[in-house]
Amino acid sequence: MSEAPASTAVFVNIGERTNVTGSAKFKKLILNGDFEAALDVARQQVESGAQIIDINMDEAMLDSEAAMVKFLNLIAAEPDISRVPIMIDSSKWSVIEAGLKCVQGKPIVNSISLKEGEEPFLAQARKIRRYGAAVVVMAFDQKGQADTMARKIEICTRSYKLLTEKIGFPPEDIIFDPNIFAVATGIEEHNNYAVDFIEATRQIKATLPHCHVSGGVSNVSFSFRGNEAVREAIHSVFLYHAIKAGMDMGIVNAGQLAVYEDIPAELRERCEDVILNRRPDATDRLLEIAEQFKAGGGAKKEADLTWREQDVNKRLSHALVSGITDFIEEDTEEALKAAIAKGGRPLDVIEGPLMDGMNVVGDLFGAGKMFLPQVVKSARVMKKSVAFLIPHIEKEKADNAAKGIIDASKNAGKVLLATVKGDVHDIGKNIVGVVLQCNNYEVIDLGVMVPTAKILEAARKENADIIGLSGLITPSLDEMVYVASEMEREGFTVPLLIGGATTSKVHTAVKIAPAYSKSTVYVPDASRAVGVAGQLMSKDTRESYAVNVRADYTKMREAHARQSQTKKRQTIEKARANRTPVDWNGYKPKKPQFLGLKLFEDYDLAELTRTIDWTPFFQTWELAGKYPDILKDPIVGKSTQNLYNDAQVMLQRLIGEKWLTAKAAIGFWPANRVGDDDIELYTDDSRTKVLTTLHTLRQQMPRDGEGRHNSALADFIAPKDTGIADYIGGFAVTAGLGLEERAAAYAKDLDDYNSILVKALADRLAESFAERMHQRVRREFWGYAADETLSNEDLIAEKYRGIRPAPGYPACPDHTEKATLWKLLDPEKNVGISLTESYAMWPAASVSGLYYAHPKAAYFGVGKIERDQVEDYARRKGMPVKELERWLAPNLNYDPYAEAPSGGDFITRAVRETPTS
Amino acid sequence: MTSSAERIAALKEALTTRVLVLDGAMGTMIQRYKLDEAGYRGTRFASHPRDVRGNNDLLILSQPKIIGDIHRDYLAAGADIIETNTFSSTTIAQADYGMEPLVYELNYEGARIAREAADEYTAKNPAKPRFVAGAIGPTNRTASISPDVNDPGFRNVTFDELREAFKEQTRGLIDGGADIILVETIIDTLNAKAALFAVDEVFEEKGIVLPVMISGTITDQSGRILSGQTAEAFWNSLRHVKPLTIGLNCALGAAQLRPYIAELSRVADTYIHAYPNAGLPNEFGQYDEKPDETAGHIMAWAKDGLVNIVGGCCGTTPDHIAAIAKSVGGLKPRKLPKIPVAMKLAGLEPFKLAS
Repeated sequence: MSEAPASTAVFVNIGERTNVTGSAKFKKLILNGDFEAALDVARQQVESGAQIIDINMDEAMLDSEAAMVKFLNLIAAEPDISRVPIMIDSSKWSVIEAGLKCVQGKPIVNSISLKEGEEPFLAQARKIRRYGAAVVVMAFDQKGQADTMARKIEICTRSYKLLTEKIGFPPEDIIFDPNIFAVATGIEEHNNYAVDFIEATRQIKATLPHCHVSGGVSNVSFSFRGNEAVREAIHSVFLYHAIKAGMDMGIVNAGQLAVYEDIPAELRERCEDVILNRRPDATDRLLEIAEQFKAGGGAKKEADLTWREQDVNKRLSHALVSGITDFIEEDTEEALKAAIAKGGRPLDVIEGPLMDGMNVVGDLFGAGKMFLPQVVKSARVMKKSVAFLIPHIEKEKADNAAKGIIDASKNAGKVLLATVKGDVHDIGKNIVGVVLQCNNYEVIDLGVMVPTAKILEAARKENADIIGLSGLITPSLDEMVYVASEMEREGFTVPLLIGGATTSKVHTAVKIAPAYSKSTVYVPDASRAVGVAGQLMSKDTRESYAVNVRADYTKMREAHARQSQTKKRQTIEKARANRTPVDWNGYKPKKPQFLGLKLFEDYDLAELTRTIDWTPFFQTWELAGKYPDILKDPIVGKSTQNLYNDAQVMLQRLIGEKWLTAKAAIGFWPANRVGDDDIELYTDDSRTKVLTTLHTLRQQMPRDGEGRHNSALADFIAPKDTGIADYIGGFAVTAGLGLEERAAAYAKDLDDYNSILVKALADRLAESFAERMHQRVRREFWGYAADETLSNEDLIAEKYRGIRPAPGYPACPDHTEKATLWKLLDPEKNVGISLTESYAMWPAASVSGLYYAHPKAAYFGVGKIERDQVEDYARRKGMPVKELERWLAPNLNYDPYAEAPSGGDFITRAVRETPTS
Repeated sequence: MTSSAERIAALKEALTTRVLVLDGAMGTMIQRYKLDEAGYRGTRFASHPRDVRGNNDLLILSQPKIIGDIHRDYLAAGADIIETNTFSSTTIAQADYGMEPLVYELNYEGARIAREAADEYTAKNPAKPRFVAGAIGPTNRTASISPDVNDPGFRNVTFDELREAFKEQTRGLIDGGADIILVETIIDTLNAKAALFAVDEVFEEKGIVLPVMISGTITDQSGRILSGQTAEAFWNSLRHVKPLTIGLNCALGAAQLRPYIAELSRVADTYIHAYPNAGLPNEFGQYDEKPDETAGHIMAWAKDGLVNIVGGCCGTTPDHIAAIAKSVGGLKPRKLPKIPVAMKLAGLEPFKLAS
């Protein structure tokens, strides 16, 4: 079920709004000679994400050739339209050829066929090749249009052979249109038309290498014209099955496409019966219920503009709540004029209608009636409106300054945000910033990898009321402790907020709060940020809130201390004696297909969209629930669906326009376990020269009985003394090359929504890349599971053999092992991923790790470990114990600073002693 | 080595073993002769009704020895391939001088003079065969850009007019003995498509196929050619020709050109050439990048495996070519990359749909 939406990302939707046969509006513009407005139609189509635009001038009242030439020449002068490829669409060859002479890029011709026989077909194809175009070939021959599956396949196969064998036409430039005909017409012979198309598509794609399949989708539902809701459902059901069969292009009005999962179950089932011709009474059964869906469906997609008739304040409020930027400048201007006419000031617009609108947003959000993606969209509207007002405010300020009047700025407070040194993750922090801004806070965002000194300096200079720190990787926890202790040392008094994926209330209470004698508050998610900031800023609640938080944290510390004492660990010797039992006798590891490195330059992003795990994507936006069920959730479903649609449109553009580049390095090396917990990698299969050594950590929790073990990753590699030739792999992938520029451009355009969206998508693509690469490693590059076939759901559920743990994550919590991985793969040079001083990967949309192939290899969490293991580990790694204790701080089952005088001071020292890598 | 087929085979063989060297600027060298109006006219065009000074292509007919000598200077400097002096030898470009009827002759003679010089050097050292590239310039009109800012739909030349002009030029170049057809300094991809369409038609007409080189011009650091395409879109639009090489020349110096050469090198599964200017012009419009500077940049391209054929454009001289030849001597040529099959389309920007 989860396959369909993901594969639509590899489906190219061709807009038909610049087609006189498809759009009455466009036809009218062209007939009236209003080419200026016709160009706007093309522009809007590209702006709304069309990857290819279809241009058709086949109209009896028109000199089609001249109109085609004129329109194409005009388009050539509009870079924001002509950046995408063009489909020259005509049933007349003369119009096609006239069009081909006007296009500098590589277009698609739509279409040619065997209708008039082989000779004209091949002559046209030869010319198309000479003009440098791809071609749509209709399943049409001298006997007529192909209707059955057999005829479709026969004509397409014949066309393919003629094109590729007779004139050497590149097969990848052939797009078949095997004819989509109307079903449910009441005529029995028509009932199988959709099945004929879908099955023919499957055959064509399987037997004719490299070709593509396209079609005009709206035909299929022709018999339900007038009932848009049912038509949309039919289109969606049809595409769901046709795309799975291999259809990769099509003319569909994207605005008129229901989301497959959204179609009411009964309607969907009956549409499916019709499309798949599953029962003889399918048409009747669909007709039975069609009427009841008509009312709600048809009109809803038309943009409802009645809100434009309200007064300007209501319009601003509506625009903010609905996240509509289309009219914001004119409405702001009107509100400004109204304010000034009443003797007011530009600021009144912000403090009046805009804040009123944002308060509505805030209330709805607080009441759980609006969700984060919508709030971020509202913020975009707010920002655009404010940007319009700023020149007026500046001017007023300048005028007042000249008159000696000092302006007291009024906002809820000033919040300074930063992702701490060594860390590059900022999606959550950016969302917090937006939410705060929505609530009238002034936000100063220092970005990522911000050194403590810079945070404090900016806080002082800007006179910030609150400092917020964010981080995602575990070393950032320590960095936050350091910031807190520096704030203490420099005598700061402002509250400190802590947030980010690895931060926690416990950590804040136990480690950070003691380092800073003023308020330190953990903020679990963006939605809470406003509440916390509000409490801390309000004169009335400030004191009591701080006291409460402090009391809460003190309790938590005490509980933690009690708990720690009870969490006994066993000695490392005992743990080793209870290692994962693996019977090496008779185990013969598969040798990877190659040893050493393999690099992937510019990996196909479209391929990666298919394996995206959407659930975490929605979590980023605080929409909790499992995909795809969440799309149907009665409360957040609609919000989620809108976000999902925006994400799909952006994915299309992101791939089509190549915003991001995905690169990877993978490698395999001969390896054996040495000692108890280390893995030696060898330069070659003679296993005489050690290339490097990987060190692993072992679980030390007490395991009494029940066959539970104390695992370390080294358990999954054959010990050297067994003489078994085992192997290990490593990888580093990124989908983040180019991301910063794109996100920054959106941010610059005051569009935080898209800026966050593109980052969240890049993260998902990187994860998907890691997943896909692991799959290919299992099947091809290492090849120990060559015949593995798993659905996307099974992939996400990790139902396969072998694991790919990453340094810094539960199975190998030591981030510094990444340094060894980097020596092996050199991802900085080979992939473009560098490591920060905290071993965070930059760009952030990157994943790295190791491949273990043993059937028993499984993920586990090392958990808390004891001093005896840390000291032994430090010896093995040749690193000072103190340094390792800092890297492993979240995993220590003891307080390494127990003998030190007091919290803040020595932590400061420990952090300062760290060498940068 | 007498037959065209043998020469083409030798060229393809040479490309697999070394980085080949193309010649340098023709105009820069012609300037050294400081020819006046009478010099340009020679005896044959003494009474031509219009001024002809600046019509460099005309020197093929009025001063054939000068052109032959310049070719020999470049051959002596180590160029493997020399370009004919026929950049503007089309009816469209010669219209300014009223010399449209001479176009076939210009191309025929231009190729013949270069052929003679190249054969002379091949005879001296058969181990280093020399080749003639028949140069086709963009003309002074563009098929996808309007010359009138107030009328963006207007064009002062059509695809078919360009195609006719290029056909005549191509016939002359082939008949005169060119080994390669070089469509160069492309500022509008539609002009280039017309040229390549014409070349293909002439090949069909004559029943032969010569290797084709395609050379675009990235006009500035925007990374686009004048008509707006990125390097990858440019490649997608012309790869149907299956050219021997795709590459870039003119407008930029080697230092500025590198990222775009790298882009083409990454996306194109054919050989890559590049012949940059001698740096960017100074405030007097002169090029002052020294031969070893140009050669230094180009050597880095070759070392990084980006190129197969290198040379120079505006401002480069036989000294530059000698330095380039020396710097790439012994370096391995770029290997053809294996690129996954996909439908690759283009507007101003590239688009790919995997197969």
